[in-house]
Amino acid sequence: MSGFLLVIARDLRLALRQRADAWLAVLFFVLTAALFPFGVGPEPNLLARIAPGIIWVVALLAVLLSLERLFLADYEDGSLEQLLLSPLPLELAVLAKVLAHWLTTGLPLIAAAPLLAVLFHMDLAGLGVLMLAMLLGTPILSLVGAVGAALTLGARRGGVLIPLLVLPLYIPALIFGVGATDAALQGVAARPHLLLLGAVLLVMLVITPLAGAAALRQALE
Amino acid sequence: MTIFEGQSLQCRRGGRDVFAGLSFAVPAGGALLLTGPNGSGKSSLLRLMAGLLKPAAGALLWDGRPIAEDAEAHARRLHYLGHLDAVKPVLSVAENLRFWADLRGGGLALDAALAAFALTDLAAVPGRLLSAGQRRRLALARLVAAPAELWLLDEPSVGLDHASVGRLAAAIADHRAGGGRVVVATHTALDLGDPIRLSLDALAPPPLPEMVW
Repeated sequence: MSGFLLVIARDLRLALRQRADAWLAVLFFVLTAALFPFGVGPEPNLLARIAPGIIWVVALLAVLLSLERLFLADYEDGSLEQLLLSPLPLELAVLAKVLAHWLTTGLPLIAAAPLLAVLFHMDLAGLGVLMLAMLLGTPILSLVGAVGAALTLGARRGGVLIPLLVLPLYIPALIFGVGATDAALQGVAARPHLLLLGAVLLVMLVITPLAGAAALRQALE
Repeated sequence: MTIFEGQSLQCRRGGRDVFAGLSFAVPAGGALLLTGPNGSGKSSLLRLMAGLLKPAAGALLWDGRPIAEDAEAHARRLHYLGHLDAVKPVLSVAENLRFWADLRGGGLALDAALAAFALTDLAAVPGRLLSAGQRRRLALARLVAAPAELWLLDEPSVGLDHASVGRLAAAIADHRAGGGRVVVATHTALDLGDPIRLSLDALAPPPLPEMVW
């Protein structure tokens, strides 16, 4: 267990020293969402209605943007090899790296979400559910994305391949995440959507360490 | 007396045999020196020994048991030093070393490890400011910082100055005196005392027809 925490602490420290990377995702999130009123017109009712969908899609893209660096730096400088040969099982190392990725990417997005909700004039009654759904949903984005990032490691132009692999797999999280927020805004129970999001999260918590570690072993052969 | 041995190993990379029918044995306290021209499979053999690659045929045995049987136990008893130094540019020398030592449950001998490769004065310097030779010394310091029975060193002296090569030889001698074993692939003069020599030159299969010019 202590090795698990060591890897998280190292990745957090690295992120803290390279703050530009973490800011990039949040700025992308806010700026891209801010483009929509220009694109669809500044009609308050329309914006309020599409706000949950926009926030989710943009959050998804922001996470996608940060996925390439998840394993690539460690792969290129030899750290991944050393991690594989360390006493910490590679499955746990993958989980630790994903957790650190979520703490430095997903969590800031959740913190920035209220800003966008206000910007889109979303009914703030749905804000609590939106953030709860993101709390369950953004870890899914990191977990699914990690498998894609591990699979494309060592491939030429791997960073371009990640979205092609990962975007289709993001659809369940998107549907249930937006569904929960929409339900709350319409005064219907959001619980079923949140429970389904939680179920997807639990499934990915099992799949990602196994699939990610297998993909990394393949990349290091 | 445990022995680390390989029996009639065959290594295939990209559909081509790198070597075949290779056998070796390293007793406790022993040193195995791999020689051979570029491309003869020295790095591949070290990666096989580390468990990073799987042999196409043959077996790697530790104390008579295949290493693939318990890959984690094997990883725990070895240090592998490849061509890459695994040094993070934004972490200081001491932070880089401490992470890997802690991960292996060692970390008690940090100061000694830094001193062994003359890195004490550089302890607070971030990795991105190190020269290639200094980065290599930091990678070598990992060997000393957390003890492991088997050292697998791929061209460990690349980029090292004369004094550092001497320090490496001293560290290897210390390691062997304590019963550790070491496998080294190198082209430069590195004083290993009385190594067992294994030349991969003779083991290379005949070249494919299209590769004869």
